[in-house]
Amino acid sequence: MTTSSTSDLRGDPRRLRRERRLRTLFAGAALASILLSLLIVLSLVGEAWNFLRTVEWASLWSIGWFPRRGVFDLRTIVAATLLTSLIAMIVATPLGLGAAVYLAEYASPRMRRVLKPILEILAGIPSVVVGYFALTWISPNLVQRLLEAQVFNLLAAGIGVGVLVTPLVASVSEDALRAVPRTLREASFGLGARKATTVRKIVLPAAVSGIVASLILGVSRAIGETMVVAMAAGATGGGLLTLNPLEPGITMTAAMASLAIGSDQVAGASNAFQSLFFVGLVLFLITLGLNVVSDRFVRRVRSKY
Amino acid sequence: MATPVTTADVVAARLTGRRFRPGELAFEAALLAALLVSLLFLIVLLADILATALPVFRQRTLGFISGELSPTADRAGVGTSILGSVTITAGVAVLAFPLGIGTAIYLEEYAPDTRLTRFITTNIRNLAGVPSIVYGILGFAIFVRFISAVGLGGNVNGRNVLAAGFTLAALVLPIVIITASEALRAVPAGIREAGFGVGATRWEVIRHHVLPSAAPGILTGTVLTLARAFGETAPLLLLGAVTGFFTLGADSSIVDRLTSAYTALPVTVFDWSRQPGEDFRALAAAAIVVLLVILLTANSAAIILRNRYERKW
Repeated sequence: MTTSSTSDLRGDPRRLRRERRLRTLFAGAALASILLSLLIVLSLVGEAWNFLRTVEWASLWSIGWFPRRGVFDLRTIVAATLLTSLIAMIVATPLGLGAAVYLAEYASPRMRRVLKPILEILAGIPSVVVGYFALTWISPNLVQRLLEAQVFNLLAAGIGVGVLVTPLVASVSEDALRAVPRTLREASFGLGARKATTVRKIVLPAAVSGIVASLILGVSRAIGETMVVAMAAGATGGGLLTLNPLEPGITMTAAMASLAIGSDQVAGASNAFQSLFFVGLVLFLITLGLNVVSDRFVRRVRSKY
Repeated sequence: MATPVTTADVVAARLTGRRFRPGELAFEAALLAALLVSLLFLIVLLADILATALPVFRQRTLGFISGELSPTADRAGVGTSILGSVTITAGVAVLAFPLGIGTAIYLEEYAPDTRLTRFITTNIRNLAGVPSIVYGILGFAIFVRFISAVGLGGNVNGRNVLAAGFTLAALVLPIVIITASEALRAVPAGIREAGFGVGATRWEVIRHHVLPSAAPGILTGTVLTLARAFGETAPLLLLGAVTGFFTLGADSSIVDRLTSAYTALPVTVFDWSRQPGEDFRALAAAAIVVLLVILLTANSAAIILRNRYERKW
């Protein structure tokens, strides 16, 4: 009879060593994502700081955004960004929420299989394609037909961004609606409430955190969207402050894109190219703030049910 | 003569209520309309682009698909653009998949629930929300310099396909991690426990049981993120994707091709859309058709693969 000791239970040292090696390898991969965040902040902050040091403060509050002439009116690009994002949310909120409620509450499994791919295909269309569509179709056939507008206008760009944001709003709020327990609906039906009443008075209030999260995410996406506004809102290179959606305007992202396209001529000439980094940093901070807030809301849904 | 009405009939009618309720119907119709408006947008978008692109394909399908960028509209094509986009996307796959799937394995299978782990997951979700043009700045400030520093800058100071591949890999990395994590989470704990029960180490359980079960989900998710990288435009504007015209040297080596000027399909779409004149508008629409055909093929292949190999627990 052989005697066994505790060392027999410890396992093959080679297997254990390989186990530790792989664990370290995967942990290293996970840390790379933190490194990535650090690199993003690093790449933005240095040049943005240089810009703030060399820029004349008066030019940050003047007439229009003309970086090559040293005119960096922040109000111009922030106003245009807020305007296009507002228009985008006016389009995406009813479309996205309506689609989400229909898919989660009304659609039969078969209808769902047919209708859900519409949103998935829409989500897969690159923003440059929507930008082309906003410029060549939405602007002449929708905006200019109904209103007195120029070819390049913020309204067409905003509608285009709204089309892009709709699938995001729809999918996040559909998840929130599906997380509402069945029992709440059944209790409501048991009291004699009709379907529409149940949806409006029970399901929507119960899912409100997730719905708010989807809207905040939508705003964040709309603010950061570049190609649609760069193509359809016009005013490449510079623009004046406008609050009229029928006029061309330059958003924060469009300002960055137009600096990027002409970067070879501008690099080193003045601090115009550095303004790209400054605007990028502001954009990064705004979207980060919105994402953190929306994350809070999503987590509230998860902890409740 | 009317059929006699019994009390039971009256009570039954009261309890069932009216079948036709305009309020209910209007609410449901409004919801369905929201979906149908999205569908309408999609149809009009596709129809408008196809109609504009049709003349280009009628005249010269092959010449357009294999052609190079050119300032004259009837000689311009998307050949070099497709080549550039495919190279960049291959780079994204090589860089982002191992890193992304490795991170997902760590977070789902190994990581203890500590503050650091929670910070990493929150950080990844925030990275997924960073606007794509900010990733362009990252590429311009970090990757371009890095590539120049290691001597692969070519004649374009590092603004080449390699820099574009690194940048778009960084852009899709958080999405790869999130989709791979979801696929791993969908594998039931019982599979792992059975593996541990017969004495397998954690890696052996992952390698032989968890990964094979999660593979269809991971594969679909990663193909979808590749499609996202293929259609991404904004960061490439900062990374020197050529918007004018250029030709590849016929006898250039692979290293030369990777380190010199390049262009990508979505950037070509953007550039042609900006040009005045109907010729270039039609070219832009035709380039969009090529782009969408590539993306839809990739996406439907991914979905078919998932449906075939997905296991329901």
